[in-house]
Formats: sequence, structure tokens, C-alpha cells
Amino acid sequence: MLKGKKIAILGDRDGIPGPAIEECVKAAQAEVVFSTTECFV
Amino acid sequence: MSFPVVKGTAYALVHAGSMLLYQGSTQMTERLKNAQSDHLRELPAHLRKYEDAVGYPPNQAYIGNITPDELKEIPRPWHENPAAGAGRDGKYGEIMPEDEFFGLMKIVDSFDLVMLEEAFQDAVKEKLQAHQILKDIRDINKLEGTACSAAEIQTLVAEHGAQPLYSGGKPAGCVKKAHEFDEALSSEVMLGNLANKASAVLALRLLLAKTDLRPEEVDYIVECSEEACGDMNQRGGGNFAKAIGEMCGCINATGSDTRSFCAGPAHSLVEAAALVQSGIYSNVVVVGGGSTAKLGMNSRDHVKKGLPALEDMLGAFAVHISANDGASPVIRTDAIGRHRIGSGASPQAVMTAIVTDPLDKIGYKITDIDRYAPELQNPEITEPAGAGNVPLANYKMISALAVKRGDLQKADLMKAVDSFGMPGFAPTQGHIPSGAPFIGHAREMILEGKIERAMIIGKGSLFLGRLTNLFDGVSLIIEKNSGRGADTEDAGFDEEQARGMIAEALRDFAKAFKG
Repeated sequence: MLKGKKIAILGDRDGIPGPAIEECVKAAQAEVVFSTTECFV
Repeated sequence: MSFPVVKGTAYALVHAGSMLLYQGSTQMTERLKNAQSDHLRELPAHLRKYEDAVGYPPNQAYIGNITPDELKEIPRPWHENPAAGAGRDGKYGEIMPEDEFFGLMKIVDSFDLVMLEEAFQDAVKEKLQAHQILKDIRDINKLEGTACSAAEIQTLVAEHGAQPLYSGGKPAGCVKKAHEFDEALSSEVMLGNLANKASAVLALRLLLAKTDLRPEEVDYIVECSEEACGDMNQRGGGNFAKAIGEMCGCINATGSDTRSFCAGPAHSLVEAAALVQSGIYSNVVVVGGGSTAKLGMNSRDHVKKGLPALEDMLGAFAVHISANDGASPVIRTDAIGRHRIGSGASPQAVMTAIVTDPLDKIGYKITDIDRYAPELQNPEITEPAGAGNVPLANYKMISALAVKRGDLQKADLMKAVDSFGMPGFAPTQGHIPSGAPFIGHAREMILEGKIERAMIIGKGSLFLGRLTNLFDGVSLIIEKNSGRGADTEDAGFDEEQARGMIAEALRDFAKAFKG
């Protein structure tokens, strides 16, 4: 589903952080063009 | 091994509506971009009165007038359901109004940066001279003969870059910059640092007033806020700890500042426990003041949704860690959780490092901990801003991990969340919600026999400093004291003590032989 897609990642410190999402989408052969983790508190 | 104990706690809140408007980073940024924005125009109508902030149930839980369990029973929205019997003073501390706090900021200001308007200063002087724990604070005479006129304040703000202070919508004073060019000593930074110092002083003085600890008995202070104090050559040089201790008469103490974003307090508690257990110091205080920058951080969403601007509180706390007294709850220093550099970033890896690794070390299951206190952010503040219910998200992760480990049946996942969780009741002040607000309640619940142990969890967003993508987490377990006294907490064999006893017996024998 994500193969070959460009992905922008917005992770959450108390949810799923950016690097963890990054690993998943890379495994699905997507291209990560932006990845960050935000803290909303 | 003799575990150190949590000997006392104190908590303070400061209602800071006008600082939310003028010094909250969201509003300051907005003012720079568009001073006529809809948000800045609409926000004042959403500010709460002091009385509403006092009656707000999460604030009453913070100062100890209601328990987190009692808070759970109060229907939401909490801002429409004030706590019955709410008051300014609580078992663990107090909620201070903003005008008195400006007076306290002037008292703790060592460099004449806080200027107050004459009539305003006279009024707050009277209030602070009658304040039970502040009337004898050193330098209270700074409120005598130092006031300036409204015109002088206006000039300082308009022409010299001072930060304005308002009370009841009227100019009440200002905070000047401490250097002409140094950004680390700008009026904005100085106001934030002085507010942080003043709120921490309030918390430490509350601790000294509400417990048996005397100021001169404090050996060491660990300060754990998120501010940086220094000048352009050493922006985080420090030292808040000694500045706070000085205002509280802790003449025998030294101290230092510990930083790790919101995980600062958890790191500081571990350090304090280690300093006491090692015998280096007998009485260590961990103290953290409030953050002006975070006031109204999510206020755009609160305004859009027609809510009060709920992020109008500065939070502060102080915790006294001492040698084992045989009664107070102990800190299990043999089971400290830490997110290692190599732990990984997935929620499972984080929770394993912080929660289950330390439990495994002492043979406990997840369900052996009666209460978990992770990020105790008030959900009424975070949910409207799209950040969800932070403590609940943490509880679900812990519970899911318990199921995965076989500590819990899948069907009981939410039951466990209900049992070891609690509603968040802390203001979104970064380091303040990170487990620390529950220490007072945990201590009392353990002493009353309601629970055996609790885990305090701090998590820090290190990536915000743009030096690493890592984040941070530290946990510690507070547990019922076995009551066996100072040197036998874990019933282990103390070689040092045995050696001492043998030496003493030999000396006695030699004496008797000689005689």
C-alpha cells in the first residue's frame, strides 16, 4: 500500500514517536521525506 | 542496603492570567506575527477569575484537598463543576493569586529588575505581610519605598523593552532586562526565571512550614525546572537551586540544577535518593518552579472551542528525601527505570525500559504496582488541543504490556487501567506533571495502608532541543516502609556494619583484659 509513496511523518511523544513510524513505513518500502516527533504538552 | 525515604512534600499553584496574555510563548509569538489577530482579541474574554481557578477540581487535587480518586468521581467538564469545599489552602500547599505573586517576584529579585506601581505595591505588601509563610521571608522590605509611578512603568515598557505586568487589567509593574544586549538576560528571560524562582521559593517555604524539616537542616537542593539561568557566555550556567535555598534560609545547603525536559524531576529524585543513601547528605530537597512560557500554550484551541483558558496556572513542588526513618515510604533505589540511549523509540521499547525492566530486577509484576503516575497532564486541557488523554494513553500502554507478558488477561486490560490509573490533574507545565504531583498523595495513601507502592514516571522530549532525536524516561518506585529501621531495609547482610560490631567487641574485650 505504501510502496513507492513519499511519506511525511508527524509522531507524538506520548503516542507513536516519529522514528518508530519511520521504521514501519521504510519496511513497507515507502520514502520518508520528512519525519518529526512533537510534544503537545 | 538502607533505602532513602520520601519524608515530605509540598505543592503550589499560582494563578497567572495576565502572564498568560503577555508572557505565554503562544501569545508572544502571535503578537510578533500579528498583534491584531483574532486570537489575541478574543483571548481576554476566556480568562478565568482567581476564584474559578481555586474551585477547579484538578487544582484542588494538586494542593491535596481532594484525592485523584475523588477527582475521578467529579463529572466533567470540571470547569463547570467546582469542587465542594474548595479553598486557597490545601493539605499540601496553596493557590496564590497573581497580585501577591508579583510581590513575591519582587522580594526574590536580587537585581532590582521588578518594578511595581506605588498603589499596587502598597496593596500587595499588606497582603504578603499577613501571609502565614511569607511574612518573615528575608527581603520583604524590598516592598518598602521602592515603587515607581505608572508613567515610569509605561516608559520602561515602551522605550526600554521591559516586560509588562498587569493586575485586574491595569498596569501593575514591569520586569526590566538585566543587560543591554545579552539575550540570555533579556526582560522576557528574566521574567521567566524570576517567576520560576518565586514559585519554587513558595513551594520550598510551604514544605518547611508543613513538615518538621528546618531550613538549616537542608544539605542539598536539586532544582529540576526547564528554565536556563545564565548569561550569553554560559546560557545555562545556573544555579536556581542555591538562589531558591537562599530565600528560604537554607544556610547549610548547596545545590545544583538538573535538566532533562519533563523528565527532570524524576532524574532529580533519583539523584536525591542516591545522595542520601550514599550518606553524602542527610536531607536533600528536590524543587521545581513554574514556567511562564507554557501559560496558554494550547489557548488557541481552548478559545476556538469556547472553553476557558485553562492553562493559567504556574505549578511548583518540593519533595524532601531523607535517610530511612523506619516509617516514611522508601524509594526502591534497586529498581530505577531508565530509557537507555540504545533502548529504541517504539512505545513498547520505551515502556519496557521504564516500567518492566526495573520491575523484573526485583521480581515484581506490572500488577504488583498499585498506582502508576506517568504524565499526569489534565485531559481537560489536552483533549481540546488534539493531544488526547495523555495519562490514559500511558496506562493503556502499560496495561497492554502486562497482557503481552502474561501478567494480565486481555479481557482485564481496561479494568487494570481503572485500577492502577488516575485522572491527570496537573497543569501543562512540562516538568510539573511528570509523576511529581502524585508523590504527596502516594505518600499519604501508603502511610494510611491504602496502597503498598506506586511508580513515578517522568518522560522528557529531548528532541525539542534539536541536538538529538532521542527522548528520555526515568521511573522510580515508592513503597511502604518495612519499619525495620534504617540499616535493615532489605534484610541483607551488611558487611561494613558486621565488621564494626566485631571491632567494637574486640576493643571491649581488650579493655576488660587490660583492666
